[in-house]
Amino acid sequence: MKREHPAALSVGARSAPESKGARERRLGWALTAPAFAVMLGVTAWPMLRAVWLSLHSWRLTDPAGREWSGLRNYQVVLSDPLWWDDVATTTLLTLVTVAVELVLGMAFAIVMHRAVIGRRLVRTAVLVPYGLVTVVAGFAWRYAFALDTGFVNGWLGLGELSWFGARGTALAAIALAEIWKTTPFMSLLLLAGLAQVPEELHEAARLDGAGAVRSFLSVTLPAMRTSLLVAVLFRALDAYRIFDTVFVMTAGAQRTETVSFLAYRQMIGRTALGLGSAVSVLLFLTVMLFAAAFVKVLRLELAPAGGA
Amino acid sequence: MSGRVRRSGTCAAALALAVLACSGGDARRPGGPTLRWYANPDNGGQARLAARCTAEAGGRWRLEVLPLPSDASQQREQLVRRLAARDVSIDLMSLDLPFVPELAEAGFLRPFTESEGAPLAEGVLRGALASATWRGRLVAAPFTASTQLLWFRRSVAAKAGLPVGERPVTWRELIAAAERTSSTVAVQANRYEGYMVWVTALVASAGGRILENAEAGKHAHAALDGEAGRRAAAVIRSLARSAAADPALSTADEEAARATFQGARGGFMVNWPYVHGAAQAAVAAGSLDRAVLDDLGWARYPRVDDDRASRPPLGGIDLAVGAFSRHGALAVEAVRCLTSRESQRAYMLDARNPAARAAVYDDVEVRRVFPMADLLRRSIDEAGARPQTPYYTDVSAAVVRAFHPPREVDPERTPAAAARLVADVLLDRVLL
Repeated sequence: MKREHPAALSVGARSAPESKGARERRLGWALTAPAFAVMLGVTAWPMLRAVWLSLHSWRLTDPAGREWSGLRNYQVVLSDPLWWDDVATTTLLTLVTVAVELVLGMAFAIVMHRAVIGRRLVRTAVLVPYGLVTVVAGFAWRYAFALDTGFVNGWLGLGELSWFGARGTALAAIALAEIWKTTPFMSLLLLAGLAQVPEELHEAARLDGAGAVRSFLSVTLPAMRTSLLVAVLFRALDAYRIFDTVFVMTAGAQRTETVSFLAYRQMIGRTALGLGSAVSVLLFLTVMLFAAAFVKVLRLELAPAGGA
Repeated sequence: MSGRVRRSGTCAAALALAVLACSGGDARRPGGPTLRWYANPDNGGQARLAARCTAEAGGRWRLEVLPLPSDASQQREQLVRRLAARDVSIDLMSLDLPFVPELAEAGFLRPFTESEGAPLAEGVLRGALASATWRGRLVAAPFTASTQLLWFRRSVAAKAGLPVGERPVTWRELIAAAERTSSTVAVQANRYEGYMVWVTALVASAGGRILENAEAGKHAHAALDGEAGRRAAAVIRSLARSAAADPALSTADEEAARATFQGARGGFMVNWPYVHGAAQAAVAAGSLDRAVLDDLGWARYPRVDDDRASRPPLGGIDLAVGAFSRHGALAVEAVRCLTSRESQRAYMLDARNPAARAAVYDDVEVRRVFPMADLLRRSIDEAGARPQTPYYTDVSAAVVRAFHPPREVDPERTPAAAARLVADVLLDRVLL
């Protein structure tokens, strides 16, 4: 005998409430449909169009020269050293900034969490950089590092060091500006995680004779693992798409170009819609794959915790 | 009523996207529509010209000047982006010469009819007129024209025994003269579009071209890999590796070259005519010794070959009418006023940018301010334009990439590599 779905069985038993439920579901769909359609229009449609554009050799300013080129644009991008150079630069910036932000963000989160006096003032002070527009922050740091208007060299006694004149120092300046700008975001996410750690756990650890460091490593960190992973994931996805700071501070000079900047230059600067779209789609796929892999790892670690 | 609601709703939505989107309706303003002129930033000369033409229009239209970014490629980028979105607010625009074909080919410029074009083209110097023409039609009105000259310190030339100014000189002679006197030959060789100006002038002076059949768009033939390309590359290499090179040659732009030229090791320089006015202004401001200005000489752009006249670079600004403007006919009228002989004369004196019409150079006042007026006119008329192609930005970036840094230029290798790169870039076979 064919086994009925338990839900269907229970639904069959009570017919009147079921139809009400179905009506409500329908109403739910009807109410969300406009928002859903708008979302499709502003996200799915441009993405599909980018995929379609990436299959052409097409300049915006030479409409007559448009040609179908299949997957050739992807082959061109993936076999071009410039792409891999930019991928390396972007990965380096992502690794460095997210790592530093994680440590600093955790420190800030603890301060915000534990602050007894002036709690609101501390939280506001920590969050100010995140409230600034990235371009403004980029300019502020560009001027700070500049040879003519900057104070960094004066304060550190570095003389005439041209920060934007070489790759290493330029990347360091960009990373610093990014870290300054987005550490608050990281600490905000971590603060939420800290707040979820039950106070009893700390008390139990204290009774067992654990010090502050031991308690942090053995109790706090494991208890907020999910928040940590989410914070790192969010920041890594964001960091990999870095654009504004590079645009403002170096415009990609001294091999500081990132993948987003490469897409911008092909697409907007050269109006090469096909190649530019291919770069954008590849950037999107990279981020998607990273997110998918990360979520998968996250779930694997969550499963036993949830089951217990 | 429902129409009104819908319209205000549309306006609100558009406002959210672009604050200026709903500010239209100026056609009802008494005194005719406002024509918006997107202009490159200058010393205010274009705004003064606009005010004068507005007054002359007697209320049929008025001009409003909106500044573009100061960097030429950013200007192009903004115009292309707006015009690709069929921006109706661009009635007039100031266009750097090399970008005219790209915007014309894309259908972003409203071509002038034969009768509209005739007065705009009358008496215009050859190179300037050619740069405003695309596929046989006048698509822009020549407004200013410019070229580079060879600037020299009279004292250094005399010490080196180089009769510059009396007869044409070659790059080889210049480099040797600078080496003899421990001075420099300042050029623009940063990794930017200005380096393309130098490369183009060298190739043209050697009798060659960067592109052949440029009108074929992406199927144009890169012609650098020839005798002319090799001789041009040889000049770059020999200067870059000589004692006459500025130590910061590979990052030198126009202003850096000017600073080197006015400095202790200044000897020779190729640069645009603004350097003369800039030197006068610096003396007036007390930041430059009067003796440097008195020592300043100018001559025709240097030759590559002993027996072939040089082809100096060509620059300048054209005025074009936006293809999506609602006031095309009135905009043409405005262009006619702005580029008239009288306007060009006024602008040449005001902003110190040479005019596109030959007759302006005969004006007494112009000749007083520009003692080199005849040399300028002749140089512009015989200039070698940068390749006229809808793909100029790509071609230029590819050539600059292949020729940079100048020290590494190799006559046997670099022109061929540049030609290959240009072809690959045009056919989307490589990122840039």
